[in-house]
Amino acid sequence: MTSFAPQFPSGTRIRVKADYPETRGPCHIRTPHYLRGQEGVVERPLGAFRNPEDLAFARPAATIPLYHVRFDQQGLWNEGQPGDTVLVELYEHWLEPAA
Amino acid sequence: MPEDAPSPDPATHDIGGAPRFRCTPVEPDDEAPPDAFGKRVDALRQLLAQRGLMSVDELRRGVEAIPEAEYHSLGYYERWLRSISGLMVEKGVVQRDDLLGKDLQP
Amino acid sequence: MAHAPSPESVALLERFTAALAASGLVTEDQIAEQIARTDRADPRIGAAMVARAWTDADYHALMLRDGSQAAEEMGVSMAGAPPLGVLADAPGLHHLVVCTLCSCYPRAVLGYPPHWYKSAAYRARAVRDPRGVLAEWGTTLPEGTQIRVVDSTADYRWMVLPTRPAGTEGWDAARLAGLVTRDVLVGTRLPTA
Repeated sequence: MTSFAPQFPSGTRIRVKADYPETRGPCHIRTPHYLRGQEGVVERPLGAFRNPEDLAFARPAATIPLYHVRFDQQGLWNEGQPGDTVLVELYEHWLEPAA
Repeated sequence: MPEDAPSPDPATHDIGGAPRFRCTPVEPDDEAPPDAFGKRVDALRQLLAQRGLMSVDELRRGVEAIPEAEYHSLGYYERWLRSISGLMVEKGVVQRDDLLGKDLQP
Repeated sequence: MAHAPSPESVALLERFTAALAASGLVTEDQIAEQIARTDRADPRIGAAMVARAWTDADYHALMLRDGSQAAEEMGVSMAGAPPLGVLADAPGLHHLVVCTLCSCYPRAVLGYPPHWYKSAAYRARAVRDPRGVLAEWGTTLPEGTQIRVVDSTADYRWMVLPTRPAGTEGWDAARLAGLVTRDVLVGTRLPTA
């Protein structure tokens, strides 16, 4: 259950899972709503950290890879200037390879 | 969830890109360093974390649990105080009655 | 605007502090000491790091590789602090830091966050309309510059390493540090000579 080795190298095209745990009960998640279901590119792995979704409830927490993932502004908002981007820290269990 | 289903509303604290603030100006001159109240709350947060009684994720979870109307009306360090005092009650470090005014008790 | 805490909050803080003191967990002296320690963190630390990076290639490389280690080298204790990440601007690329979910901020090297950084307006808008937000600082980027907004969501705390302004050739690190304000380190302003 503990995996330190990042599954997605820099440059991997990923998709953020379109999951909404906040609709299922008390939770703490660090994946902003505006990124759910969006595609981005792994800028680089940022190491491994304990899962905040468990730490927030003082539960035993696995150590999981964290990534810096880059998104195009225009893809997120359908507005903004071409070339502008958003760079966000996301945990591996929120990411899947882009189709 | 099916691909074409509308996504549910974001949680109260999850406001990146929220249209309701689209026309609210940011005030670069509004520095407002913490007052004595804010500094005390901040110090308590750090001391309780140093004693292993609270993580930053628990602090965040407690802040996120504040109902929306209060979330936006409370000051930043007031939200923190709500969170950390609630967490210490949850963990039995302090008693709920200790936090209620004597005049409020039956 | 920031506002004063309500009487209810002030009363809650008094009772909470008293309850912690009664259980022997926190004393008034410890609170005072903690406040004094927190007060020592200041944007001048981040400014000194940037100025050194502009004048010392090895330090520049260290700062990008391991911001926490770079802060330690300036005498900052990073023990117990979240790791510090440094984002290097380049010709054509400018970084702007925000935390949309709460208000994560590199406090070890910048001190307390200003009120605007914690405001709902900044948190909501910076990620979607960064150019509109920068305009409120009067900040205009050079033609053709792309903005990279950094949403500080998780374990790191992020600080911007701006490009060294033209017209500062021959300046020493102390003079350069004077150009680097808190807003420059968050990315809402550019340093100018």
